[in-house]
Amino acid sequence: MVLENYWKRLKMRNKLIDFKVFLNGIWRENPILFIMLGLCPLLAVSGSVRDALGMGIAVIFVLTGSNFVISLIRKIVPSHVRIPVYIVVIATFVTITDYTLAAYSPQIHKNLGVYLPLIVVNCIILGRAEGFASKNNVLNSILDGLGMGIGFTLIIFVIASTREIIGNGTFMGKNILGTNYNPFLIMIMPPGAFFVIGILIALKQKIEKRKKRC
Amino acid sequence: MLNETNLFFIFLSAFLINNILLIRFLGLCSFIGISTNIKSSIGMGIAVVFVTVMACSLSWAVYNFLLLPFHLEYLRTTAFILTIASFVQFEEMIIRKKLPTLYRAFGIYLPLITTNCAILASAFLGIDYKLSFIQNIAFSFGISGGYCFVIITFAAIREEIEIAPVPEIFKGVPIAFILAALMSLAFLGFKGLFKL
Repeated sequence: MVLENYWKRLKMRNKLIDFKVFLNGIWRENPILFIMLGLCPLLAVSGSVRDALGMGIAVIFVLTGSNFVISLIRKIVPSHVRIPVYIVVIATFVTITDYTLAAYSPQIHKNLGVYLPLIVVNCIILGRAEGFASKNNVLNSILDGLGMGIGFTLIIFVIASTREIIGNGTFMGKNILGTNYNPFLIMIMPPGAFFVIGILIALKQKIEKRKKRC
Repeated sequence: MLNETNLFFIFLSAFLINNILLIRFLGLCSFIGISTNIKSSIGMGIAVVFVTVMACSLSWAVYNFLLLPFHLEYLRTTAFILTIASFVQFEEMIIRKKLPTLYRAFGIYLPLITTNCAILASAFLGIDYKLSFIQNIAFSFGISGGYCFVIITFAAIREEIEIAPVPEIFKGVPIAFILAALMSLAFLGFKGLFKL
């Protein structure tokens, strides 16, 4: 089994483009559900769908950009200073995102607040840089960045929609549950985020178990 | 809130009202990962207090004496992360050389701290709130003290829940999140402690 996986990996590495890499990020190696990385921004900005999508797009951009640059320079960087180099690359992309967002949609920038510059210490990004982009070619790294980013965005979208619909009766700021709905306020407050992610991971464990059974 | 010059209020608001883990959701990766037993969470908690206070003062100095005079505010993210990473490395070397007992106690937690977002966050927040140097120290003590307190309490509860009959699919991480939700609910109660 282990050997088989290893051969698969080796084959994948030699291929120029492999679309499986892209799909991996969305379910099989989803950064949130399976590896449990990058929880902080996920929980903090999932109070409203609009902010969550802003965060998702920022993460996709930083992840793809840094994967691209790191896989370009992977053969030049000496291995013992690689982590600081990666961090500088990531920080550059985070700064670009920070200032672009501040210029084009100041409201979302204000809502994301301190969590936007904190993408730099998001473990998903350094993890993918170290675990994937530093070993694979440029095209695959871009695909991996996109896949992982979209996987992250999907989860944050699910959490944010649940919290906003139950906690506020709205979706993207529009009222959908009617005026008679009495919002369950706790969901948009901090404890709601913990409840939703706990239940989401429990659901994932259930799906995994059912798969194993048959 | 932070116009309040009273240091005690700054400390308390960072410690309880805006608790870094339960209300602001920062440093969660290490929180969920390490809080499986009390001993290691005490180690992590103390290491975080130590590093946060030092790193916050250092990055406050970097920002106010280096970035502001030369109008380089946009380099803030890069400068802070490099300051913290190099500080942790430097400190690890010194502690290993001079205080081997402390080094053994901190063990693997020191290098892990570089990627702990709580520390970078407290550096950013201190700058965002425009705190003075002394206020910044009180603030970072509050943040890291809150982290330390919550992680140790949480580890204690988690050790108990290990032996409790939990529904099959909630075993492990999911129940930890539900626990965190309940604790966070309790911390919401501190919101009315004093008028912000």
